[in-house]
Amino acid sequence: MSDATFLGMPPFPEAARTAVKDSRLRYNLRKATHTIRDKRAHVVDEMGDDWARLRTEGAAVKTHTLRHLDRYLEQLEASVSRAGGHVHWASDAAEANRIVTALVKATGETDVVKVKSMATQEIELNNALAAEGITAYETDLAELIVQLGNDLPSHILVPAIHLGRAQIREIFLEQMAEWGTPAPPGLTDDPRALAEAARAHLRERFLRTRTAISGANFAVADSGTLVVLESEGNGRMCLTLPQTLISVVGIEKIVPTWDDLEVFMQLLPRSSTGERMNPYTSTWTGVTPGDGPQEFHLVLLDNGRTDVLADTVGRQALRCIRCSACLNTCPVYERTGGHSYGSVYPGPIGAILTPQLRGMGSEVEESLPYASSLCGACYEVCPVAIDIPEVLVHLREEVAEGHGHLGEKTLMAGAEAVFSSSTALGAVQRAAGLGRTLVPRHLPGLAGAWTDTRDVPDVPAESFRRWWNEREREEGR
Amino acid sequence: MSAKEAILARVRAALADVPADEPLERAPDRAHLDSHGVGPTLDVLEDRLIDYKALVHRTPADRVGEEIAAALARRGARRVVVPPALPGEWLAGTGIETLTDSREEPLTVRELDASDGVITGCAVAIAETGTIVLDGGPDQGRRAITLVPDYHLCVVRADQVVDGVPQGVRLLDPARPLTWISGPSATSDIELNRVEGVHGPRTLEVLLVEAAT
Repeated sequence: MSDATFLGMPPFPEAARTAVKDSRLRYNLRKATHTIRDKRAHVVDEMGDDWARLRTEGAAVKTHTLRHLDRYLEQLEASVSRAGGHVHWASDAAEANRIVTALVKATGETDVVKVKSMATQEIELNNALAAEGITAYETDLAELIVQLGNDLPSHILVPAIHLGRAQIREIFLEQMAEWGTPAPPGLTDDPRALAEAARAHLRERFLRTRTAISGANFAVADSGTLVVLESEGNGRMCLTLPQTLISVVGIEKIVPTWDDLEVFMQLLPRSSTGERMNPYTSTWTGVTPGDGPQEFHLVLLDNGRTDVLADTVGRQALRCIRCSACLNTCPVYERTGGHSYGSVYPGPIGAILTPQLRGMGSEVEESLPYASSLCGACYEVCPVAIDIPEVLVHLREEVAEGHGHLGEKTLMAGAEAVFSSSTALGAVQRAAGLGRTLVPRHLPGLAGAWTDTRDVPDVPAESFRRWWNEREREEGR
Repeated sequence: MSAKEAILARVRAALADVPADEPLERAPDRAHLDSHGVGPTLDVLEDRLIDYKALVHRTPADRVGEEIAAALARRGARRVVVPPALPGEWLAGTGIETLTDSREEPLTVRELDASDGVITGCAVAIAETGTIVLDGGPDQGRRAITLVPDYHLCVVRADQVVDGVPQGVRLLDPARPLTWISGPSATSDIELNRVEGVHGPRTLEVLLVEAAT
């Protein structure tokens, strides 16, 4: 059984140092992130100027919702209850796990099927259930691979992105039998054969299991509708066949009205899998007599989100719709992979979300705002325009003000004359060389060891990114 | 204090900077387009469905029954699941054995699993994204019937097809359980390449019924 956890992971620089030495990991990541980047660019480009309008509206809807979150939460609760669902509130991971465990126990079941859900990963629900004798079976292909391999997710959309087909084949051959239907003995590493093996492995489980656990991509306040986007049909299986459905949903997942989905159902699929539309989307409102689960529970999860909300700069991170475009485009993520971030939320969004959700409690959280070159690519691809570099710089200020990230502290001491306050530091970091990079003589965090023996090159007059964009613009004339 | 009260109190405290008189009602700025006009609606839908590896046929309204019979014959499907109220003419003369499912008298998942496929209509289709939406109407049935069988034959009438996502969303009733289908079941989880055929129906066949001229 799986007991994998992010608890006790080393801070980013240390974890990254190990990761970048893994050539197979680098190969897998490069291949996957470049594939998805190209696909996304193609389907976003075909939207023309409308993409920018959708992005602006998506950001505006989410910002508005967050600014009135109390009202929308109460409205959502009323709508879901009216439609026959039960609403529970959980302040933290422990409370959410207690609620879900009690609900499962009340069904009398000891097996549950799960649709991929970041919220339940965040609260490590599977471990909590296992401690109470309940086995949670992950059904998303990538989650299944991670669970069978007793591994940790490394990507928001594709948790097994760090693994190539040959490794997946090995995991299936070695582990499937222990969890249920074994892999066929002649299994090849053809993705079609691997998908077929997953189908056969989970088929009986889907037809038999009477309780399911999901998250949700959106929760619509006015109608009480929950929305799950997926590809494989495992989501539909879990949301449709069982008698009881329990959905664990972060309080920031709300959109005010059904019509808001016309924006997000365009932004999300194109940004995440690079498809015009994902193969399956399920929406449900409470309980429909005679169709689907007859008992529905919605668990609304805070777990640090209200702390994020309280930070007027960092708040924008709660707009995130978990598309993972920022991971796929990030030069740091491409080289270090997701595990280095020490959290279920890796990549640029993880670097601003994790320290805010958990607080700057340890070196892991304090190192994350530095896990970036501030190149700005994440902001450009974000479908809800989260200014990740802005929040990173803001969080660096917090680290520098607090008991401090070691690298940044060294920098602050050595550069006191220039950077007399953390506010000035922030401004300089944003503005250095007209680009976004501050390059001190000794780099903090990850690159610290590198600069032990070398000087960092001078800051160029303009960043590469800016130079490239200017060049493109001029050529386009 | 209950968890609900505690969370709402924290939310309100976190939003101390939001002016008390900031209106809750927000006039949505729908500056974006209803669709991205890339060609005649049915042509675009057909193109997108084929792109997803769905099988697509276009047919005049008076030939739907024959096309269904032909599709089932190609597939070798003998026992197919149908929702409570499929138009009678769709199956007339096909000689096919039908298993009728309804909310009141549902088939078991084992019966669905043992069937050769399912035939349904749809509520709305969106051309630009190649999406078919089912809303549990009488010609579509329970969600399980289009999920468990390995073959789904879906009849889409031209008057049900819109160009873009916004138009589709506005036609749908969120109170009904909705299933949006864009091609057969697929995954991108292995090296981020799309592979068709995982847990949902591995074959999606679509009959596009053209308007009578």
